[in-house]
Amino acid sequence: MRFGIAVFPGTWSDRDCARAVEVAGHESVHLWHRDRDLGGSDCVILPGGFSYGDHLRTGAVARFAPLMESVQEFAAGGGLVLGICNGFQILCEAHLLPGALTRNVSLEFRCETAWLRVETAATPFTSACEPGQVLAVPVSHGEGRYVAEPSTLDRLEADGRVAFRYVSPDGSPVGDASPNGSMRDIAGIVNEARNVLGMMPHPERAAEPLLGSTDGMRIFQSVVNAVAADSVFAVPR
Amino acid sequence: MSALAQVSDAQLAEVALTRGEYELASRLLGRAPAEVELGVIGAMWSEHCGYKTSKPLLARLPTSGARVLQGPGENAGAVDIGGGLACVFKIESHNHPSAIEPYQGAATGVGGILRDVFTMGARPVALLDSLRFGPFEDPAQRHLLDGVVAGIGGYGNCIGVPTVGGELYFDDSYRHNCLVNAMCVGIIEQSKLTLAAAAGPGNLVLLVGADTGRDGIHGATFASVELNDASSERRPAVQVGNPFLEKCLMEVCVTLAGDPRIVAMQDLGAAGLTSSSAELAHRGGCGIEMDIARVSRRERGMTPYEVMLSESQERMLLVVRPEDASSVQAEFDRWDLHSDVIGTVTGTGRLVVADAGEVVCDLPLDLLIDDVPLRHPVARRPDGLDEQLAVDPLALAPPWSMGETLLRLLNSPNIGSRRPIFRRYDHQVGDDTVVRPGGDAALLRVRGTGGAIALTTDGNGRYAALDPRRGAAIAVCEAARNVVAVGATPVGVTNCLNFGNPEKAEVFWELSEAVEGMREACLALGVPVVSGNVSLYNDTEGVSIAPTTVIGMVGHLEELERRCGAGFARDGDAVLLVGPVGMDLGGSEYQRLAHGVNAGPRPTLDLDLEARVQAAVRAMIDAGLLASCHDLAEGGLGVALAESCILGGRGAELTTGLFALGAPTVRAGLLFGESQSRFLTSAAAQDVAAVRAIAQSHQVEVRELGTTGGDRVAIAGVLDLELAEVLRAHAQALMPGQGWG
Repeated sequence: MRFGIAVFPGTWSDRDCARAVEVAGHESVHLWHRDRDLGGSDCVILPGGFSYGDHLRTGAVARFAPLMESVQEFAAGGGLVLGICNGFQILCEAHLLPGALTRNVSLEFRCETAWLRVETAATPFTSACEPGQVLAVPVSHGEGRYVAEPSTLDRLEADGRVAFRYVSPDGSPVGDASPNGSMRDIAGIVNEARNVLGMMPHPERAAEPLLGSTDGMRIFQSVVNAVAADSVFAVPR
Repeated sequence: MSALAQVSDAQLAEVALTRGEYELASRLLGRAPAEVELGVIGAMWSEHCGYKTSKPLLARLPTSGARVLQGPGENAGAVDIGGGLACVFKIESHNHPSAIEPYQGAATGVGGILRDVFTMGARPVALLDSLRFGPFEDPAQRHLLDGVVAGIGGYGNCIGVPTVGGELYFDDSYRHNCLVNAMCVGIIEQSKLTLAAAAGPGNLVLLVGADTGRDGIHGATFASVELNDASSERRPAVQVGNPFLEKCLMEVCVTLAGDPRIVAMQDLGAAGLTSSSAELAHRGGCGIEMDIARVSRRERGMTPYEVMLSESQERMLLVVRPEDASSVQAEFDRWDLHSDVIGTVTGTGRLVVADAGEVVCDLPLDLLIDDVPLRHPVARRPDGLDEQLAVDPLALAPPWSMGETLLRLLNSPNIGSRRPIFRRYDHQVGDDTVVRPGGDAALLRVRGTGGAIALTTDGNGRYAALDPRRGAAIAVCEAARNVVAVGATPVGVTNCLNFGNPEKAEVFWELSEAVEGMREACLALGVPVVSGNVSLYNDTEGVSIAPTTVIGMVGHLEELERRCGAGFARDGDAVLLVGPVGMDLGGSEYQRLAHGVNAGPRPTLDLDLEARVQAAVRAMIDAGLLASCHDLAEGGLGVALAESCILGGRGAELTTGLFALGAPTVRAGLLFGESQSRFLTSAAAQDVAAVRAIAQSHQVEVRELGTTGGDRVAIAGVLDLELAEVLRAHAQALMPGQGWG
């Protein structure tokens, strides 16, 4: 299968994502922000970085890139979109996901391993995980505090759309050790149709034993499984 | 162009020229310089650009070797790391700007050193930072630290280059002059290395990137004078960074590396357009002609003088053939980067600057670069040094038990955990950081070769304050030990000499001694100096900083599998000290904490022994015999033991009776003395004989001290601490108000 990896000016985890896709044994193609062609991608990744220098707000400018029009259409048609870090911020700004990412409560950048509890395996991004499983995945951001209206949060929980929550390594509540102070310790969510995932942690940095964790590969593997299952029924594009 | 009829002392002070230097320039030129010319000469003859004090000294450093691809003289040095790849690296200071505006000072320091590396076409893969501040207990120093760390992170995190290591010390000597040294490391195919030598008269000169503003005018001369109360008024001399723009610039420059359309590439750093254009032309033996009316401005009304001396960041000069100009400009357009054709390469050997056709500067390049009047200040060994060295550090009894002393050392801001700092830096982006910050050297995978590079910065100012020569030699040895501890071989050095005002005889003596010490150690360890930077005038109100030689070192590890960590890896391994037993307390962190002084003989250093110990340890790791390996540095054996326990998440018990001998001062000396040329290692019991054999063949001592495992850090008859207590003391060192007790 083919992953399309968006490149905005200021994006920097595009090459790391391409590497993770390569480790998973699949191909990737870079998608330039000014183009509209998704290059036959089966899944679009919006990677981490500081698109457009984080000017105005994180993700606020990238949302208007020509490429994002195609991503919007792709998502509306059920295509899989994975937003990582800055990608999650862009997805919120583009209203493909509810809520917003604000400054970490520490007011400092945080780069460290986070532990994520898989809250639902019923998404195309988490099906290769066990519900309740704890994944070790690095975070690297200054603005990763997930905030939303209480009613929105309640609805996300009720619909089982919270994909990941920050926890302690043993799976217990993270408390003060949260990397950013997200509401309800939310680290990742999916949209109503469950084909768009946004997450602050970087699964592409947990793709090789050499670098300390391979837990992130479960997310890439889930996408691969979903695309394979889908293609059995799909009409050729 | 009209020559200045009369030049006031104030005008000369502004460009940091002496009256004598001004007269020399006029004589060489055959006339008095015009206004723009005076600014250009002042900048090019400043210490920052012209190295007028340090040049004769630096010529003594060993700069060649089988792996050297590019030595000093280019934007950065380069060494061969196998697989047809070059490792390009350099360290540079941004001390003066950081003292005044910590965030932007540090940020633009990072931006500048990144440009030095990608100017050569190399993709930056790592950043390191060497920082010095006054006492951590002083809130004003913590404010500076916070600003500097935020600035380094603000630039490095945004541009997507990992900050993988560095060091941080607090000492009274840096209270008014903090040090911020940044090192950048890049990788490129050797065949694509891009140099900054203009060629081909008639070729075009492109100015690319940010528009030019009034920021940073006189930055180079500002860095060449002492700070005082009025220095904060120099704030306009501090530049403002734009990492987003630099990220875009970097992507294009890295893409253009090895492209036949690019004749030369040169970044704009200190003294902006002046030094970059002059050096570019001079390196290629050409001349250059520019019309600065074509330079895109950020603000109106800028004079030619301001345009030539602006230090606006994120700008590059490129030399291209006329027929390639538009296609090269299109590459920059793709990233929304602005480019202007501002001039042409000539064959005249002159720097000619016009403003809308009117010539405002016409100077021979030889005058600007080769004729820099070298200063040969008098060197004098400071009075009182002998009394300081004569103090017997073992004469004062330890104020605390050995257990409490170890906890206090681990809780010292100079030794304790750096996690509160490095978690504010993205140290992983690029997905190659195999050994993260917190161990000895950082280790980065080199894709496509199976190998890795080891990176470190080191430089203890306390030893150097007692003996600058020994201090600089120790900095080289310590850096090499950090590289060796992960299994790598040192292959190149970059250095940053941070000193006071060299016009003072004592400071110039320190500087000459330090260069000599660096030379001796580099020769003994067979590692060449390929790049470097000098930061002088680190003085405030007449008081100089401790002479601080910071060494940045790159090591090469052939096979990534043959690496070693610093933490105890298994229970039941033998704990081994490789190298001599010693009790050098002079200049130690123990001495600072326990007695508040820096005195006595500095650690002894036998360079021949150092080389043998390093060779032995490399052989042990290469043979796969060591389960862990950690360099002994500040805090000596006691701290190294605790750190290996912390990093390995397991305790250790030293059963040897060695440390229970003698008076309490002797115990303190044995445990916390900072004797050189030593490693604390661990190995499986069945491998100890083989370790001993390798040591013996290198004529190096090995002592079996005890065993790893358990949840205590214990030394028979001396101390017995819970690992949790040790962890806490170490973890909270940089958290104000959270003592270990």
